[in-house]
Amino acid sequence: MNLEVKIGKLILKNPVMTASGTFGYGQEYAEFIDLNRLGAVVVKGLSLLPKVGNPPPRIIETPAGMLNAIGLQNIGIEKFISEKVPFLLGFDTSVIVNFFGDSVEEYVKAAGRLSSVDGIHGLEMNISCPNKQAGWCIFGTDPKVTSQVVGAVRRETDLPLIVKLSPNVTDISLMARVAEEAGADALSLINTLTGMVIDIKKRRPVLGNLTGGLSGPAIRPVAVRMVYEVYKAVKIPIIGMGGIMSAGDALEFMIAGATAVAVGTANFIKPSSTVEILDGIVSYMEAEKLEEISSLTGAAHAG
Amino acid sequence: MSRYFRARIKSNLPLNRNHRLLSLVNMERMKDPLPGQFYMLEVSKGNDPLLKRAFSLFRRTSEGFDILYRIQGKGTALLSEMKEKTELDVLGPLGSSYPAPVAGETPVIVAGGIGIASVYSLIEQVRGSAYLLYGAREKDDLFMLDELKAMAREFFISTDDGSHSVRGSVIDMLKGFLSERTSSEQNIVIYACGPRPVLKEVASMADAKGIRAHVSLEEHMACGIGACLGCVVKVKGQEQAGEGSSLYKRVCKEGPVFDAGEIEW
Repeated sequence: MNLEVKIGKLILKNPVMTASGTFGYGQEYAEFIDLNRLGAVVVKGLSLLPKVGNPPPRIIETPAGMLNAIGLQNIGIEKFISEKVPFLLGFDTSVIVNFFGDSVEEYVKAAGRLSSVDGIHGLEMNISCPNKQAGWCIFGTDPKVTSQVVGAVRRETDLPLIVKLSPNVTDISLMARVAEEAGADALSLINTLTGMVIDIKKRRPVLGNLTGGLSGPAIRPVAVRMVYEVYKAVKIPIIGMGGIMSAGDALEFMIAGATAVAVGTANFIKPSSTVEILDGIVSYMEAEKLEEISSLTGAAHAG
Repeated sequence: MSRYFRARIKSNLPLNRNHRLLSLVNMERMKDPLPGQFYMLEVSKGNDPLLKRAFSLFRRTSEGFDILYRIQGKGTALLSEMKEKTELDVLGPLGSSYPAPVAGETPVIVAGGIGIASVYSLIEQVRGSAYLLYGAREKDDLFMLDELKAMAREFFISTDDGSHSVRGSVIDMLKGFLSERTSSEQNIVIYACGPRPVLKEVASMADAKGIRAHVSLEEHMACGIGACLGCVVKVKGQEQAGEGSSLYKRVCKEGPVFDAGEIEW
């Protein structure tokens, strides 16, 4: 059985990755699972300088999901390189670094710095920034700006470049095509859907940031549909994510068109989710007598 | 020995209208908890509620551990309906613990309402040496009084409605205690768990008297292990440091027990 999948020039030993922001820098989960078993570890989003993040409350549970407004709190790229990369180097898994910036220049600088470090196998650009005030974040919603920022980062790095798309757009296929044309090697979708919960006693939004990003099983059908649509629109591989809780969920994404999958919110509920999902995928392949995991990608589009 | 294991419900006893005592038996080897640490418990097999729920360790038992909890939302309501022999996923023990008092220190333990759950095992640990101040809304919301009395050096109780002992808040008691005893008792160190406003008062009183106070905070949590950064609390003095990420600390990782002086109340 062959579980290998290709994301640009990056070969993952299997299609199960972690979703950025749900897995810390890997260390937090090393006690609970064998990180060597993962196709890739995608770390919490990083910026050139550390970020304090949003005021609390930052999370609120919703039906079959949760809203988060962490505000991209992170330790900054330099601290990540000096303190976290050495730990990750000890594992036989691909390390993909999610990063973002406040300007095209910052994106480019961040990508350049990360590309100079041994032990980083790929970059995932967050152009969604779901927790920013409206009007600020246009990298993921204005095709012209998306093209500009992805193109600029593309020229700066030779690492496999994954662009993580926001679902908070009218036409995600358009955004996918724009990212592909600007040089992305792969696409991650979907990021969280913007939402809000109101405290009816205080008559105010619950979250400190007012809005947050919805994740968990509640968003899965939306995410599967978007993967299905984007698969038809682009030629580059898709990493599917959005409420994957089980192997069956992961397989849905692959059959819709994903080459790999990322497990997010499920890590919070069960720290062993990723490896259990991997085991479940293997069982499915055995039961279905499949030799190549990649043969499932986009199977829903056949005939 | 893992901090992620299965446990079986031995009993889930009603203590009053909305409080339960849950006794869990670990089905795999578990790590010994420290006073003040907490567990994340699975309260539903389905997707709603989705997340585990955080509960203070109440006490270690010979077979596992106990949780004392108040039914206050969907998760705890589901937990309260779980029968004996139900198995659930457990993550823990997690977070920081109450630093044990050192020789020459006099522990003063303050519990407001369900906060008793968090300090109970500390009271066990310092058996015989701690002053205990325990306040609740009413008589019915006071638990384990005989056990606590047997373990406390002196035991002070108050209720908001006066239905048991002194009428008033646990803060009133602490105020009285400190003004009376600060001169006679050496090196008082306060340990407190209760509603946020109570802890804020404890912090300011301790600060005014130059007393060290350890408080246990509560926040909504998703992961419980420091990954999601959802349960943060603001801490003092880091605003201009440029060390952005240290403006907030995680209740699940650096906490739940913090030095009261560290918190930006």
